[in-house]
Amino acid sequence: MQFNRQSNRLLRHTSCVVVLALVLITTACYRPNAGMVEILHVSYDPTREFFQEYNAVFAQYWRDTHEQQLTVLQSHGGSGKQARSVMEGLEAHVVSLALAYDIDAIAERTQLVPEDWQSRLPHNSAPFTSTIVFLVRQGNPKEIHDWDDLVQDDVQVITPNPKTSGGARWNYLAVWGYALSRELNGLALPEAASEDMIAAADKAAYAFVKRLFQNVPLLDSGARAATTTFAQRGIGDVLITWENEAFLALDKLARYNLELVAPSVSILAEPTVTWIDAVTTRRGTTDLARAYLERLYMPEGQRLAARHYFRPRLPEYADAVDLNRLSDVELFTIADMFGSWEAAHEQHFTDGGSFDRIYLENMREGGS
Amino acid sequence: MSAHPVSKWRMRRRVMPGYGLTLGYTICYLSLVVLLPVSALTLRAANVDLAVYLDVLLDPRTLAAFRLTFGAAFIAATINMVFGFIVAWTLVRYPFPGHRIVDAMVDLPFALPTAVSGIALTSLYARTGLLGSVLTPFGIEVAFAPLGVVVALTFIGLPFVVRTLQPALADLDPEYEEAALSLGATRVQVFFAVILPALRPAMLTGFALALARALGEYGSVVFISGNMPMRTEIVSLLIIGKLEQFDYDGATALAMATLSLSFLLLFSINLIQWRYAAKTRSAA
Repeated sequence: MQFNRQSNRLLRHTSCVVVLALVLITTACYRPNAGMVEILHVSYDPTREFFQEYNAVFAQYWRDTHEQQLTVLQSHGGSGKQARSVMEGLEAHVVSLALAYDIDAIAERTQLVPEDWQSRLPHNSAPFTSTIVFLVRQGNPKEIHDWDDLVQDDVQVITPNPKTSGGARWNYLAVWGYALSRELNGLALPEAASEDMIAAADKAAYAFVKRLFQNVPLLDSGARAATTTFAQRGIGDVLITWENEAFLALDKLARYNLELVAPSVSILAEPTVTWIDAVTTRRGTTDLARAYLERLYMPEGQRLAARHYFRPRLPEYADAVDLNRLSDVELFTIADMFGSWEAAHEQHFTDGGSFDRIYLENMREGGS
Repeated sequence: MSAHPVSKWRMRRRVMPGYGLTLGYTICYLSLVVLLPVSALTLRAANVDLAVYLDVLLDPRTLAAFRLTFGAAFIAATINMVFGFIVAWTLVRYPFPGHRIVDAMVDLPFALPTAVSGIALTSLYARTGLLGSVLTPFGIEVAFAPLGVVVALTFIGLPFVVRTLQPALADLDPEYEEAALSLGATRVQVFFAVILPALRPAMLTGFALALARALGEYGSVVFISGNMPMRTEIVSLLIIGKLEQFDYDGATALAMATLSLSFLLLFSINLIQWRYAAKTRSAA
């Protein structure tokens, strides 16, 4: 009894001391340290492996040039969700998101970045790009080679829900853009002469996309989930996906014997990067954040991007092996076919946009 | 028992110390944890235009999602009430070998991250899955169909019913049943006239909890439902979809509608409970 009470008291004292020590240590950690610097990079999902490698390379460069020990903390998630976190106060020094639309949203709704953020870095602030391709099953049994093959009666297409997935929005715009370019004989939208021509092409594109979605048996909430549905669950004949995701799937899901098929025409997907002025100014890390993003355009950054299946902006810096894997695809940009992300979003993905109308009509016509 | 309510109140206060402290703590805690977030939502909702509400709530896609969410949640909670009862009964009344392991298993749906449950259920019920490959030839589609939503919601709701029924069943004195049997009641009569009435409050609570949980579920459902507009979209998915497009107003409108409907539903269940409690008290 006596011993028990004593040990109890001892325990209580020890825990008090421990708590106090923890508090002290935590506060000590928060004191800025001249030799150490830390930045938070908020990014979207498929860049995990690439930035992990790039961060190590950049930290080395920063140590050599500035004698500062740099730690880059990474946060990955769905692009839209990550943008919302930043808007709501996540202290990101730099962001890299799947669509310029998501950074536009930050600029538009908060004072964190200036409206002209996209012109601050070369190539629309997209240091590397990707495109939308197909994955098919071994031997390509349904003989899928281009977008037109996706609207055959006996083909099932897997793509995620564009309402919840940024990747799915690229897929959707890739299909739409293909149909438009076919109607306009490859002309980019702004060059196409008359309003009537554009209206007619839009109508044809609508019919094409509508037909394609009659072949879609389910819509996963995200791109990774769609890949799982296609590979592991064995559902569907073709998966529409980012090129870098497709390569990753070929590599990581090799036992499912998938094959990559590149369409003749596709969209130029430009994941964009920027630094968050409001945060970097306050923390005094603007130069660092800027250098971090600018070095993505330098040989080492470009080489790493290519190694991780992205398309480098400056292919001369990439290894030939990495470049040769990429297929020859004619690429159009969002600006070519839709004017801007804002316009594309307005036309297709808002409530009552083309995606909603397609589903309502397909439903009414009794097919799905 | 029939003492004047005021004197009863005073007496209780005198006998139990710490009344003020605990009440203060309760109110403070509830405000911080529950009321604050809910009122933040309500405040946000008050700033949304009525036109947005009408637009969002009358959209055929929204209506279909509400039908599916509430319908599937209701069916799942009903299934759980019936089969959860049997599970709880077995666990309490027949201590079979290994019943502790089975008892622990009931908690698994609580403990598993919902996404894990969703993926596990999907791989089981998809056409290539263990169960799916058996069911599909009979024309029964579970994964990527409304039925899949019911399956997922049943899975996550089970522990709520079992865990509320277990203590009530354990408290149920077998003497009542024995008395009824000795007075000549059949087993069926004993079940419906003695056991069931005594367990009704616990069953209703379990049902309400399972229902409430199912209405708000997202993680497990999105994997198995297939998320087809008009067919297998749940309300939570529409909310995420709106947020993904930075349409905060639309998301708030949907959230507010779900909250009000759920509250109404749970409130009516509680009302039934109170009515029932009052009736049994007056009968006693």
